[in-house]
Amino acid sequence: MPDLLKVSGLKIEATVYPPGEDPQRVTIVEEVNFTLEKGKVLGLIGESGAGKSTIGLAALAYGRGGVEITGGKVELNGEDLLSLSKSGIRKVRGARVCYVSQSAAASFNPAHKLGDQVIEATVRHGLMSREDARRRADHLFDVLGLPEPKTFGKRYPHQVSGGQLQRAMTAMALCSNPDLIVFDEPTTALDVTTQIDVLAAIKHAIEETDTAALYITHDLAVVAQISDDIMVLKSGKTVEHGSVAQVIEAPREDYTRALVNVRSIRHEEKQDQSEHFFEMAGIDAAYSGGVKVLSDVSLHVPKGQTLAIVGESGSGKSTMARVATGLLPPSAGSVSLGGEVLPPALKQRSRDQLRKLQLIYQMADTAMNPRQTVGNIIGRPLTFYEGLRGSARKKRVQELLDQIEMGSGFHDRYPAELSGGQKQRVAIARALAAGPEVIICDEPTSALDPLVADGILKLLLDLQKQKDLAYVFITHDIAIVRAIADSVAVMFQGELVRFGPKSEVLSPPFDDYTDLLLKSVPEMRLGWLEEVLASRKMSAGGN
Amino acid sequence: MTTPETTSFAGIRRFSARFPLASRILERLLLSLLLLFAVSVMIFGGIEALPGDFASTYLGQSATPEAVARIRSELGLDQSIVTRYVDWLGGAMTGDFGNSWASGQSVGEQIGKRLGNSLFLAFFAAIVAVPLAVGLGLLAVRFRNKLPDKLINILSLAAVSLPEFFVGYLLILIFVVTYGAAVFPSTVYDSMSLLDRLNAIVLPVATLVLVVLAHMMRMTRAAIIQVMSSAYMETAELKGLGALRAIIKHAAPNALAPIINVVALNLAYLIVGVVVVEVVFVYPGMGQYMVDAVTVRDLPVVQACGLIFAAIYIGLNMTADILAILANPRLRHPR
Repeated sequence: MPDLLKVSGLKIEATVYPPGEDPQRVTIVEEVNFTLEKGKVLGLIGESGAGKSTIGLAALAYGRGGVEITGGKVELNGEDLLSLSKSGIRKVRGARVCYVSQSAAASFNPAHKLGDQVIEATVRHGLMSREDARRRADHLFDVLGLPEPKTFGKRYPHQVSGGQLQRAMTAMALCSNPDLIVFDEPTTALDVTTQIDVLAAIKHAIEETDTAALYITHDLAVVAQISDDIMVLKSGKTVEHGSVAQVIEAPREDYTRALVNVRSIRHEEKQDQSEHFFEMAGIDAAYSGGVKVLSDVSLHVPKGQTLAIVGESGSGKSTMARVATGLLPPSAGSVSLGGEVLPPALKQRSRDQLRKLQLIYQMADTAMNPRQTVGNIIGRPLTFYEGLRGSARKKRVQELLDQIEMGSGFHDRYPAELSGGQKQRVAIARALAAGPEVIICDEPTSALDPLVADGILKLLLDLQKQKDLAYVFITHDIAIVRAIADSVAVMFQGELVRFGPKSEVLSPPFDDYTDLLLKSVPEMRLGWLEEVLASRKMSAGGN
Repeated sequence: MTTPETTSFAGIRRFSARFPLASRILERLLLSLLLLFAVSVMIFGGIEALPGDFASTYLGQSATPEAVARIRSELGLDQSIVTRYVDWLGGAMTGDFGNSWASGQSVGEQIGKRLGNSLFLAFFAAIVAVPLAVGLGLLAVRFRNKLPDKLINILSLAAVSLPEFFVGYLLILIFVVTYGAAVFPSTVYDSMSLLDRLNAIVLPVATLVLVVLAHMMRMTRAAIIQVMSSAYMETAELKGLGALRAIIKHAAPNALAPIINVVALNLAYLIVGVVVVEVVFVYPGMGQYMVDAVTVRDLPVVQACGLIFAAIYIGLNMTADILAILANPRLRHPR
């Protein structure tokens, strides 16, 4: 069988503009070769900066931003896409090769109906009449498991959920009957329970239409469910390329092994969890406008232990952080620390009360002033809480930098010069600088690559041991909960579903929601998706 | 805590949840009315607080205490401020702004003529400026960061940086004094033909265009660049759509709201803010009428002009806001 897609000697470069220096050419992708047969799925996997999205877009002869494809061939059915004229490549895009992006919410035009956008390319390329395309779109909505497929297309993007948008974008890609679809992290932005549905829908649709696909993700467990082959990328180069079974079960390279074995942290659950060192009792909270987001939530964590709050978007877990810090005073209930009830609002709290309770955010990027040096960012709380200045402050900043395992060279650097993991470390040092007793961590690792996230988690655990810190760790990731928690709280739609020691919360018997949540977390083995879907069908049939 | 309040607001909240579009527009209309009322109070109060007195200015040397008192009672100035305000507002709402103290003529009639002239000037300035600004904005986006973009930016910035009276005198110096290619002063009469009128207003129109162009052009440019960098424009490109279709079908509907806003703001300026230009070019519009009235303390005229200017300004901004609300699919099609 001839290859549908043949990529050979691909080289992709970009021009970068470092501040204060001359523009530089950097190579993003080099010497990448692969082939793809009709109806097969190749998974491209790697961390951010590995060039996987860039390779995916190269299949549409497209370079994002200042990215340019400067060498090699991208042959679709023997025709080199890179040699095509502008109008030639336009005929390929949206007709023979389609693209599904990570954020369907941003990729759909808010001003037009979904149905019109789904069929637009197909109709504009003259592949089908408007009526035929509509019928096909309705059929695809049905195949992808969207609600009311006949009328779904009449809705606007803001009228449907994120998971539905992601499926609608898949329908948009499938509509023209393309030879190849590029899926660029299509489930990364979704909740796990939604991800599994979208994943199943995509897999089903690919099988049904016999389309070939490039599936890009950073999550090896996800790609294991959907691909035939896997290509592991690092810094724009191929690390390993083989069948799914070989890569997952018998990786040849160290880097692949590290990816497979990520989340190797083990943390022994502490036995005595009776102390109510930090406590939130009977919390009700509502945002202005009267929407109630928390009702009667009670939690506590002992000194030196970690409480993980787990839940999906909209479960109210981040609101817990806002209530704890006083950013959102609760409408009922109280927050106490070390036996002392804290005033509900941030403004009423004393400086010492503020000092004891610190917060680490999900996006270290937006939580730091880009115009301040690392030294100033970490030094500011030292001056604010302890009145340190000059060389005393500098010395203390250096101690903190050592604690987060960053050298002295960082004192005068700006956040923009740091990597994602380094930024989060600086954010941790800033929280430590205050000398806290409790740190609230709001998804501090969810924007990071798995290996980098592991490093951050290890650091947090080490610091906990040294300083006897209590953590309230907010996350959507069950794997992280397993790795670091002593006690676990499961939240769903503003209510506490389950709370207790990790070993109890994560073992049967489960309530329905916790069961669904735990079963939806992709596991790094072949056939996991099929098993879950089969067990779901059985339980649905049993009802 | 606030039970009676919450129940009385519950109905409103239900209404706004069911009809977000209608409730937003209604809210905007009410706000405009409230604003207009507040402005009327401020105009009346502000003019009341001005130093100087019409009666003594009018009588000059013959301002005996008796004569002053007589005139004050003729004009109703001896009544309380609240009575006079209510009378004035009641009249204004029916279109009766009273009679000018200086000429004794009906203020409404005079203003009608002057407002017509002002609108005439603003209309032609807008007809030139709006398409030119949007066109230049598009051009600047098309050649972003290249020479045409930079040239357009620098020249329009230079134009907006110069005070309007300076631009006016500069144009007079070049086109009237040096080359004799244009007419000055720009005074128009009832007896003039349309062509003569157009000929007369070339220079004030040019001045106004130069003043408002940059703002609209830059906003158009920024709005379109903002939209062009969004993910759905990439989607359009990856669907293989042509550049023109992508811009018209996918970019334009989303860039509309900010452009409408800045256009309305500038239209309002063209009508309300032209006082200086009218004076420079001796053009018989509202602005000059108002300036003349201020010098002789002809209060009914000043008040009427102020109120009409405010009404036009508020009205145009309200229209822009309502159009922007209508352009938002989230409000047109609630969940």
